[in-house]
Formats: sequence, structure tokens, C-alpha cells
Amino acid sequence: MQTAAILSMENITKIYPNGFIANKNVNFELRSGEIHALAGENGAGKSTLMKVLFGEERCEEGRIFYKGKEVKIDSPLGAIKMGIGMVHQHFMLVPSMTVAENMVLGLEPEKAGFLDREEARKRTREVSEKYGLEIDPDARIRDLSVGLKQRVEILKALLRGADILILDEPTAVLTPQETVEIFQELKRLKELGHTVVFISHKLGEIKEICDRITIMRDGRTIDVRMVNEVSEQEISRLMIGRDVLLKTDKTQAKPGGAFLSIRNLNYTDAAGRKILNDINMTVRKGEILGIAGIEGNGQNELSELVTGMKKNRSGQILIDGKDISRKSVREIRELGVSHISQDRMTYGVAADAGVADNIMADRYYRKEFKRGVLLNRKRICRETDQLILEYGVKCDDREQPVRMLSGGNMQKVVVAREFSGDPRLVIANQPTRGIDVGAAEFVHKKLLELRDKRAAILLISADLTEIINLSDSIVVLHDGAVAAYFEDAKTIDPVELGEYMLGIKKMSREQTGGAVHEQ
Amino acid sequence: MKQIFNIIFSTQFFYSILRISTPIMFASMGALITSRAGVINIGLEGIMLFAALSGVIFSAASGSAWAGFLGAVVTGVLIAVLMSYVALVLKSHITLTGIAINMFASGSTVFILYLVTGDKGISSSLASKVMPVVELPLVSQIPIVGDIFSGHNILTYLSFLGVLFTYILLNKTVVGLRIRAVGENEQAALSVGAKPVKYQFIAMLISGVLAGMGGAYMSMGYVSWFSRDMVAGRGFIALAAQQLGQGTTLGTMSATLVFGMADALANNLQALQMPSEFVQSIPYVTTIVGLVVFSIAKQRKELKRIRENNSKTA
Repeated sequence: MQTAAILSMENITKIYPNGFIANKNVNFELRSGEIHALAGENGAGKSTLMKVLFGEERCEEGRIFYKGKEVKIDSPLGAIKMGIGMVHQHFMLVPSMTVAENMVLGLEPEKAGFLDREEARKRTREVSEKYGLEIDPDARIRDLSVGLKQRVEILKALLRGADILILDEPTAVLTPQETVEIFQELKRLKELGHTVVFISHKLGEIKEICDRITIMRDGRTIDVRMVNEVSEQEISRLMIGRDVLLKTDKTQAKPGGAFLSIRNLNYTDAAGRKILNDINMTVRKGEILGIAGIEGNGQNELSELVTGMKKNRSGQILIDGKDISRKSVREIRELGVSHISQDRMTYGVAADAGVADNIMADRYYRKEFKRGVLLNRKRICRETDQLILEYGVKCDDREQPVRMLSGGNMQKVVVAREFSGDPRLVIANQPTRGIDVGAAEFVHKKLLELRDKRAAILLISADLTEIINLSDSIVVLHDGAVAAYFEDAKTIDPVELGEYMLGIKKMSREQTGGAVHEQ
Repeated sequence: MKQIFNIIFSTQFFYSILRISTPIMFASMGALITSRAGVINIGLEGIMLFAALSGVIFSAASGSAWAGFLGAVVTGVLIAVLMSYVALVLKSHITLTGIAINMFASGSTVFILYLVTGDKGISSSLASKVMPVVELPLVSQIPIVGDIFSGHNILTYLSFLGVLFTYILLNKTVVGLRIRAVGENEQAALSVGAKPVKYQFIAMLISGVLAGMGGAYMSMGYVSWFSRDMVAGRGFIALAAQQLGQGTTLGTMSATLVFGMADALANNLQALQMPSEFVQSIPYVTTIVGLVVFSIAKQRKELKRIRENNSKTA
């Protein structure tokens, strides 16, 4: 099916004020009624290109043609008026207001000088029915799930007459079930003649719903292909310019004694929900224990309990034989525990602080970094510069605010801090989420290195490939309980693993008892 | 004890609650509107003080109370514009700007007073006017109710109209919707073309009008003169009332009346030979207790909401 181009961007060049060239002569073309993947590593220039299209950034050079005419787009409002809508990763919604109020914000219907709420509801219902995207106009945004919030964002763009819808990594925040739903929604939009730009670096998802793919690397367009004519391996090779190890080569683990022991652990949250239910497991020295499971089955709570960020529990957590229930986060870290939080922006980095300060955050108080009561800047600079080099953090210098870095580089800063102090126990919660393939591969390699240096590693990930490739043994969490334990990850059938994750199957206590090892 | 009850259960006491609440009511509505827009107007105190002096000077100069009132309101707006320009356009910190306005007000009102009257403490040498008192028709005939609600200064009634105005503005108008959107998620508002600075500016202007009226009441209703620092923390009490009201108009009004009551109680108890240090602390102790109680209640409510959401999804 060959349809006409609805939009084309020609020779787009965007240079940021700091001299960084984000786009170099980029060409991008959208055909009417297609779902078009825009793929590339973090920092490849995808977001910049779409910001130019949506009027959030202005390009230095280049022309944009829309429906056959050259256009100038200098603000998001201008883009919306033209029929281009964008759903950002951070939702542009007002939590305390209703769906209908959010829908009409900016183009509110008025009656006799007052806000016409009935009309707002009516418009919401109309667009919701037209696209078959069900939503309650009177629900408050703060009461909605992430998936429904995203749906409101899509409806908002459609209400404003968007023909082209740009989705910036829409599945990054969704549960697998919600991902299935949004794919159906996108297919329906396509049937109704809308054009969708799907920014992503999840190759499986691109294969599943996209028609064509534009691949970017280092601010340039590398290739444009029909999705059904290109393999995942080929896409990833084009994205990073070399073959990725989709299968990590790793040696057989030689696990030692248990370093982390979790016994009869329960956790109930502030709202009285039972999050963790009688968890028993151990992580041995020199092994990677993977925690598989659909997100929200207690993984985050588990990692925060083990690292001491959450207290208030029954049961016992022993690290190197020591009970941590009365220990502070720092005392636990001093036992040799390092932690990659799944929430990078909140717990991983201080976004406004520089690279050096972020790397030093867990050790600045140690004697070697101090001179009397003051910090030993010289020593700190030497240490951080070395780590920046060793971990390949792409930054201007050690003082650059971490906020300015791409997701992958930000994670490298986290990893440089967490992996460099010879950790004996690593809690890696979603260590490669939202980062590019190259950076992810780097993190995997480092994790294996640490394992071979006899560290105990607890790897939590919703990414099945990552779990199966990297783990030596696997525990499946479902509904806050251990649903399965596999001694040898290599023998696992992914389909079977999925059944445990979804709660279709569950092992008996005797079978999961294998997850507990002697000290 | 009996004496205290005699005071509390008298019509004069309830009358005085309304009288005393009036300036706080104006200011707390101003505080409410600005805080919904995402700016905390610390400068309410200073705006009221400027307006109070302005009312006295303009009414004395023109011989008309209404001209004085207008002068006070215009002054309030001008100070609010100055504050907004510095804080919103030039991007200085809003809290620091507010503190600066308050200190500026405290000093310069005395200076202006001295220039005009030659006195540094009080404006009694100026023949300033007072806003009229209104006997409500019919209502004034009803026993008890009439004693409480009738015979107030016209600005007391206006302050309750201010509450109604605030409620309608925030909940029924497009401008109100946008003010709330700007205050809660600036990016969201911006993405649909509602410019945050514009709506914050509008909110500041309205708070200037309201605080201007509150200031006018201080010197042309509550008493009939201007004296140095006569606002005496009412701007800050208004901010506390807004906080207690949890961003709602009715809540803010109720909290203001509670503070008014504490104030009225303090005024009356002083007549009973109670230690004045104790009595004068009542309004402030009320503020602290109120903030604690409401904050606990808020947490409970939030928890309940989470639980309900959970049971919904489960």
C-alpha cells in the first residue's frame, strides 16, 4: 500500500545553544494513515526532531511540508491548529480536575460568560465514542491509572483535531496489559485514517504495530524501511551501528554461600494493601538471582526493603548474616550493598547536581575524600574523572548537571557510583529501563563482571529477555508472593515463565523452597 | 466561667466576629486565588497597610469616603502590579518579593504619614472619613439575627460578596479553570495555550483589589484612623486561613471566621482581667492548633481516597 506523504521534513538541522548538534540534515517523511516508528538510541535526536515538528524547538535549517504546502511551526499551539498532536511521557494533565475539564482546557466552551461544563462533558463523550476509547468524563485525573491518563492525552489531541499523533515512548510507563490496550487503540486510529508517530526503542513493539520505521543515529537519519521487511537484529544493528549481543555470553555461575537471606517477609502499605506475602529467598555470592514478574507485584517494595528505604515489616532480612531491621540506609550500604532504583529521577540521581556530585553522593563523607572538615576537591576530581572515563559517561565535564544528559548517560552515572565501590550485594531494579541498547549492554556486562568478582546480585526486571539472558536462577513474583523458582535459568521455557508471571500456574511451597540456600 | 459564657452567648460577640473577620476575609480570598494560581502572596500584609494609609489620605483630601476607598483599592492594585512584575516577569523569588513589599510597606507608610501629617504614629490630625454603616432592611427587625447581621460597615457585606465572587471565579469561569490549571500543572496549562504568567498576574491583580478593600476597612471602618503597622499580621493569618481551607472557598471562609472568633474572644476576655499575654495569644494558638488538626484530617482523607481507589481497581 503506497499512500501519499502527508508530511515531510527536509534537511532539518538543529543546534542547541550549547553547540550540541542534535539533528544534522535529517529527512523524515510520514505517509497518510501509517504507524511510523521513530527509533534510535537515547540521544540519537528522535525527541529533538519531534520537538521541532511540534513547535517546541526551532530548527536552524530545513523545511517542513504539510499536506503539500510549506509550513512554519513555531509553537505547540500552531502545531495543534495544523492538526499535529503530541502525547508526552510526562502527562500534561491537571490531577485535581475532571477528565472533561482537562479535555477542554484552552478551548473552553462558554455560556453567558461561565464555563459550560455540560458542553465539555458532551464533547468528551463525542470524541470518546467516535474513537471507541472509553472514558468517564467526570472522573478526576488523579484517580485514573497511568493507562487511562494516557488515553485522556490521546483524546485531548484528537479533540483538538489532530491528524498526526506523536507518541513519545508511550509504553515506557505502561503495564503489559495496558500496552496491549494502547496497541489496539492505535490500530483503531490508523483505521480511521490518522497518522501515528511511535517513538520507541523496543524492537518487539515496533515489529508488532508499526508499518514503517525511520532509524536515527547520532543526529542523522540512517535508514527508512518497511517494518515487515527488516528483522529486529537488523534494526538494532542500524540503531547502534554494530551487532548487539541479544544473547549475553556468560560463563556458568559458581555460587557460594547465601549473602542476602530473606525470611518470612511481609509488607503492608499505608493504605492497608498486602504487598509482600511471606517471601523466602536467598541470593548467593557469585550468582545473579533474577526476579521476574509483571510490574506492581511487589518488586519495588522488595528492593526498597532490602536497601532500607522502607521499614515497617514482619519477617527478617539478613545481609551477610546481619539483621538490617534497625540499620539506616547508610549502614546498610556500608555492608557493601548498592542499589539501582527503578525510579532514576527520584532515587538514582540529583538531577540539578553535577556528574561529580552524583558519583560522590555515597562516599563523600569517607576519610579519603576529606581534608579536615572540608572536602578534598582534588581527590574527588581525580576519582570522578577516572570513573567518567571508565564507565564512558558522555558529558561536557564533571560539573555538568545530570539533568542535561540523555537517559542512558544518566544511568551510566548511577552505575558508575553503584558499581565502583566493590559492592558485595547489588540490587538492580530495572537497571536498563528507558536507556538505549548500547548503554543497556554496558550495564549487563558490568553486572556479569561483578558476579564474577563474587558479588551477590538481585536483578529485578520486567524485561523477560533481560531476565532470562542474565540471571543464573530465577524467582517469579506474583501478587506479592513467590510463584516459582528455577534453579537454572538456562533451562527455562519463556512461555512457562509467562504463565507463572500471569498467575496461571503456581509452584507449591516445597518447590519454591529451593530459593532458600544455606549460608 | 459564667462570665465567659455570658460573653460568648451574646449577640454582641457574634456581631464582633463578623466585624473582626472582615479584613481577614478580604485578604484570605486574595490568598486563596493567588495560591490556586501557584503563587503565594506573602505581600498581602504590606498591600493592606499601603491601602489603609491611602484610604485615609485620599478620603481626607477629597472629603469623600468613597474616593478614599477607591484610592485604597487602586493602591492595592498598584502594589500587586509591582510585586507581580518583579516576581513573575523579572523572575525574582515570590516569597522574597513579598517579604520585601511588607518591609517596604512598614517603613514607607510611616514616612508618608510623617510627610503628610508631621506625626509618625497616627493619622488623627487628618479629617479622614469612614465608610457608611448599613442597616439591613427587614433583617434588622428580626430579634437576635438582626442584632448580629445588621448594622455593619458596608465593607463587611462587601467582604462576603468577595467570598461569593471568589467561589464563582474559581469554579464557574474559564479564567478560574485556567488559574487552577496553571497553579497545579504549569506545563499542562502551557501546552494548551494558557500562559502561566498571564493567569498568575490576573490572580495577583485580583488579590490586590481584595487586599486593598481589606486595607480600606482597617482605617475607614474598623477604626477611623491610620496607625503604624495597624494590619498587625492579618495578611499572614489570611494565608493560614487559606491553608486551613485546603484551597476551597468555603473552607477558607470558615477558617477565617474561626480566626475572627478567636480574635473576638481575645478582645472580650481582656475586659475580664485575664492576663493579657494569655488572651492575646489565643488567635495565634488557634492558628497553630487549626493547622495541625486540618493537616491530620487531610492525611486521613488522602488515605481514604487511596483505599477507595484500591478497592475500585481490585
